[in-house]
Amino acid sequence: MIFWTIAAVALRSLVANKLRSFLAMLGIIIGVWSVISALALASGAQKKVFDQMSALGTNVLMVTPGQRGTGGVITGTQKNLKVEDALALRNIPEVARVAPIVRGGVQAKHANKNTRPNLLGTAPTYFTIRNFQVQWGRPLSDADCDSSARVAVLGPTTATNLFGEASAAVVGQMIEIKGVQYRVIGLLVAKGDQGFFNPDDQIIIPFTTAMRQVLGVDYLSEVDLSAKDETQLTAIQTKATLLLRKQHRLADDVDNDFNVRNQADVLSATSTINTVLSLLLGGIAGISLLVGGIGVMNVMLVTVAERTREIGVRKAIGARQRDILRQFLIESVVMSATGGVLGVLGGMLTAKVISAMQTTITLQVKGPAVLLALGFSAGVGIFFGYYPARRAAKLDPIEALRYE
Amino acid sequence: MIHTEHLYKSYELGGQTVYALDNVSVQIAAGEMVAIRGPSGSGKSTLMNVLGCLDRPDSGTYILNGEDVSTLNDDELASLRSQRIGFVFQNFNLLPRMSALRNVELPVHYLGGKDARAKAARALETVGLGDRMHHEPNQLSGGQRQRVAIARALVNNPDIILADEPTGALDTKTGEEVLALFKALNSQGHTILVVTHDLSVARHCPSEIYICDGQIVPSPTVGVGGGL
Repeated sequence: MIFWTIAAVALRSLVANKLRSFLAMLGIIIGVWSVISALALASGAQKKVFDQMSALGTNVLMVTPGQRGTGGVITGTQKNLKVEDALALRNIPEVARVAPIVRGGVQAKHANKNTRPNLLGTAPTYFTIRNFQVQWGRPLSDADCDSSARVAVLGPTTATNLFGEASAAVVGQMIEIKGVQYRVIGLLVAKGDQGFFNPDDQIIIPFTTAMRQVLGVDYLSEVDLSAKDETQLTAIQTKATLLLRKQHRLADDVDNDFNVRNQADVLSATSTINTVLSLLLGGIAGISLLVGGIGVMNVMLVTVAERTREIGVRKAIGARQRDILRQFLIESVVMSATGGVLGVLGGMLTAKVISAMQTTITLQVKGPAVLLALGFSAGVGIFFGYYPARRAAKLDPIEALRYE
Repeated sequence: MIHTEHLYKSYELGGQTVYALDNVSVQIAAGEMVAIRGPSGSGKSTLMNVLGCLDRPDSGTYILNGEDVSTLNDDELASLRSQRIGFVFQNFNLLPRMSALRNVELPVHYLGGKDARAKAARALETVGLGDRMHHEPNQLSGGQRQRVAIARALVNNPDIILADEPTGALDTKTGEEVLALFKALNSQGHTILVVTHDLSVARHCPSEIYICDGQIVPSPTVGVGGGL
């Protein structure tokens, strides 16, 4: 008998035994559902991280101070990254720009409004390296840094918090930081919240002003470098490390007291984490599919026992072993594949609902994941359906016909 | 058509060997209608299973339509059944949730034949159920179900139709109708074997094989083809 005829009969017998079929399929449904949701989450997370990284620029090296601590206990970051280090890094020929960065949290005021944005003290180069555009007004200038000017560039969120709006009218207004007045010289183009920090809610002032007048420190939080050519990042990483060891007068047997990282490293690290995560989630989901398969096998064994007489009749009227085997295999595959389809639909629904409920991450159900899940569930049907089908095919027609 | 020589078949039952077939030799010509009668446990079911190619004899020869079929394997027997034998059972044994038409189509599919639908429809017309083709078994009466089963047995135009107590689950009147149908089919040239323990059923058949304790013996109550 042709495949579709058997499949149609199998489908009708599934419908006739609704509850039993549903319970048997439940394992498969839940398994596929979780596979689809988990993979959608993983690929959504991956895309999110990738987008963030690209927004922050890929042609960037970040130098940060090393961890401070004794006996493996980390107590904070070292205070050894100095402006001189940043100046020295400029001498590496492959380096295009260097931006010293000092960070802090401050209270900013305008009239009766208060806000607590990130304070970032840096140089004009920062805007180029990190791809920040100014919407109104101007970015920092070298003159601002040289003179420790009391000027500030605001993120649009900060501007809205202080002035009620982010508009050209804000440029030229005054804000107060630690009792000192600063003139707003520019507003950044909105970049969107990045999750781990919001680039739209910050005040950028000259690093000289930030270190001496606001934070009162003589060290930097970070130095960002950009390469003349993206392919030279690794070379720069090596040279910068050597140079900083010399700057910090580290003996040969002493570890670095700073880190030089590039965005590509961070990206590949997160993508590795993501792969591991996908495998882990996939593994758990695979186990639940396996359990689902056992459910299918159980129901198929019951079905075969229940239909012993029918099998006898089919054999009497000429069905060969392979006809019976094929019929019951198709029935179990129809059952598990139906479960798979329901699971995929459930997973898609979950992805839609979760994506709609929040804005941080968009779950992506991808074609390969769907194919994988469907293929796997059909495979489960064949694997766990084979034994019951074989048992049915091997039945002795006389015994089977006599079965009550 | 059917020619057997010295068939033996035995079972172990409670440590004792029981001969279900004990040197059975029968001859049935094409176009005959024969009753196989005997008390329960006489071996008539075993004889039917062997003649119906469901079972193999322990020893002896079975020639069906000129072909020795006593040593074929399971799948060869299955192919043979789909071509040569039509079964009619006491309990009809139609498959549920399938229309009469689909039930009758099944043997054609197993044989790998073409035009299953047309053949099935024709067989149903033959048994007088042309207007009930799309009914499922549970929508049919007992007599109608047995007719569907007979149509299913007919559909591949087999050499023999084997009926095992075909009236056993029917009331007398319906049983008579089914037997009349068998007679009609016989008069059209079909070879028909009716297995029964019931003398009144056997009486409808022109000839009879009486089996007792695995051996063919002269009928104790009725002569071949005769009355009481």
